Amino acid sequence: MTVLSIELAYWQQTTLRVLGGAVAVLLPAGTLVYIYLFKLMSFVQSRLGPMEAGPAGSLQLVAEVGKAFQKEDIFPRKADRIVFAAAPFVVLMSTFLLVLVVPFGPDAWFVDLDTGVFFALAVSSVSVIGILMAGWASANKYSLLGGLRAAGQLIAYELPLVLAVMGVVIQAGTLNMQDIVLAQAEGEIFGWGGIGNPFILTQFLGFAIFLVAMQAELTQPPFDMPVAESELVSGYMTEYSGIRFLLFFIGEFATAGVFSMVAATLFLGGWWVPGIDPDSNLFNVIGPIVMFAKVMLVTLLIFWFRFTYPRFREDQLQRLAWKVLIPLSLLNIVITGVLKVAF
Amino acid sequence: MTASDTTAVSDAEKLRYISQQAADARVNVEIETEGMTLNIGPQHPATHGTLRIITKLDGEQVVAAEPVLGYMHRGYEKLAEVRTYPQVTTLVNRIDWVGSFANETPFILAAEKLMEVEAPPRAQYIRTVLHEMSRIANVILGIGDMGVQVGAVTPIFFAFRDREYVLNQIEAVTGGRFHPNFDRIGGLKDDLPAGWIQNTKNAMVKVREFCDQIEELMYGNEIFQARTRGIGIIPKDIGLAHGVSGVNIRGSGVDWDVRRDGLPSGLVYDQVDWKVWTHPDGDSYSRMWVRLQEVREGSKIVDQLLDNIPSGPIMAKVPRIIKVPPGEAYVETENPLGVMGYYVISKGDLHPYRVRIRSASFNNISIAPWLLKGVFVPDIITILGSLYFILGDIDR
Repeated sequence: MTVLSIELAYWQQTTLRVLGGAVAVLLPAGTLVYIYLFKLMSFVQSRLGPMEAGPAGSLQLVAEVGKAFQKEDIFPRKADRIVFAAAPFVVLMSTFLLVLVVPFGPDAWFVDLDTGVFFALAVSSVSVIGILMAGWASANKYSLLGGLRAAGQLIAYELPLVLAVMGVVIQAGTLNMQDIVLAQAEGEIFGWGGIGNPFILTQFLGFAIFLVAMQAELTQPPFDMPVAESELVSGYMTEYSGIRFLLFFIGEFATAGVFSMVAATLFLGGWWVPGIDPDSNLFNVIGPIVMFAKVMLVTLLIFWFRFTYPRFREDQLQRLAWKVLIPLSLLNIVITGVLKVAF
Repeated sequence: MTASDTTAVSDAEKLRYISQQAADARVNVEIETEGMTLNIGPQHPATHGTLRIITKLDGEQVVAAEPVLGYMHRGYEKLAEVRTYPQVTTLVNRIDWVGSFANETPFILAAEKLMEVEAPPRAQYIRTVLHEMSRIANVILGIGDMGVQVGAVTPIFFAFRDREYVLNQIEAVTGGRFHPNFDRIGGLKDDLPAGWIQNTKNAMVKVREFCDQIEELMYGNEIFQARTRGIGIIPKDIGLAHGVSGVNIRGSGVDWDVRRDGLPSGLVYDQVDWKVWTHPDGDSYSRMWVRLQEVREGSKIVDQLLDNIPSGPIMAKVPRIIKVPPGEAYVETENPLGVMGYYVISKGDLHPYRVRIRSASFNNISIAPWLLKGVFVPDIITILGSLYFILGDIDR
């Protein structure tokens, strides 16, 4: 692997990738929590939010993490201890697996899989297992209800998610995430290649479905029935405290960031911006920054919904998935397929 | 009650009956699974206090729900027997703690009735204004709280923000935000401070702005409507049979408001032009809708009363040491949560011989076992939220 024309040994590559993966997952997560969850939410709700820790409360996150580290790691007496302890790691693992296939520049990637999209969608559902484990092992009725609701919801919304991506895959003609970015960079809109062809322009229906399904996959309001804190008292997370709760918390927002990276790659052109040659080495440097900006844009939508909407009941959200989103995404695939063959 | 009022309820009832029959049949036919007993409360975010509801579930459907009360029983009826009459207001302030002034009013009116004194007109006007402002402060919080129950985080912050304007005005005149202890037998403790009337009118403008804002943010939201429309229907007759009162029964289309029907002397709601809002559907949405209209109407009532407030003394001639002549009196008023009444028996002493408190939430929550049967777990929360009770008002 060559990064900025420097030849790297295998151990150096591996270290770089692990560090890069940690930064790629945790940096957006922290930024999202501070800028959106703390500050934008406070602005929407006409309050100030955290103000004491650091300038304008910017170190609040450090304080929160420190607090979680200090707390006792409580196991319920009847809990299945091994499963209970492992569950948060399983949830977090799916996030780290997901970020592997996201490209951040022409040469800045972790793994260049030919079946990248397939891999991303497959590992994103690993978190269901972690959530079910947490719900079951807590030996708590609220957790059990939350875990089962989460499983039902995540499986239901996996389908529109996959079907929405199908349109992109048909249009790009590849499952490789890197090639999908290049297809958008080198694409043309009816013969005009000025801004390439970001798939949001042609796949706007797919993008909308992907956003809704993503919101549900992340169990963010209005799809937060599994964690519903006003009725299930945070669902599968009820019995967790201290560091393990922190892992769930990081998992929630890191997954929001990483899913937005996938959305940005598939629909917004990933690390590429119009006007610069996609093969240019410049993108290895500005690519991650471009990606970060696009991630913030997509997550802004997610969090905006989160602040303003009440939550669906689980039968209502199942109905939305099966009766609205899946038929729409099938329609999207049909239209994309026909147009692909016609042009 | 006109015919058009009743049809909507009976249609809803019919649907409910059919769906319940279907659910029963389904439960019988399906393979019998072991039910689960879910204990909601006494510590649970949705019960705003220490209400405990034992629900028997089949999957996520409620087979039986039983509220268990009394975790916050403070024995005010008994305590009132060893307090002098002016001291009782300090106790009863804490019954419905978000609309405190309204708790004092019916007790004071009952004592006035026994003593056969009447507060001067200015005191009656100010008393009515404060009674209505405590309703506004209370119901605004209830509306915001309903937002939390259905999972929207923002309305409660708007509610707290705009309730502050009302609480500031209550504090300006009584000195207490939550527990004013301001009502006296034969009048009020103090007169209004300078500039209060204009400030209160400004606060009422803020209240109406809040109503418009929340109507757009919450009531107009499709998900909110999907979560509340057709859920938790209280038919008229069943609601009345359970003693449901206040907004909860007006939401079922019963046109009954103690402020208009059976207003006790000492309040001046008959001097202003206002409307009793009802909604024919009887579901969670209609209850919340009537609440919103009542806040609007309440702000208009306050405005009108402030325009016509007479001058004069604020205290009638009452002896310094209050001894109430023997007798019995029951006075009820329309409080934020429903009808609240005090039955006071006096034997001519410094303190009441017996006080019986009829608090609205106790009766309102008594319909819960009937109402919660057959609903889903998420709907328990929205139904309880739309019934809007305060735990102090249930347990006294």
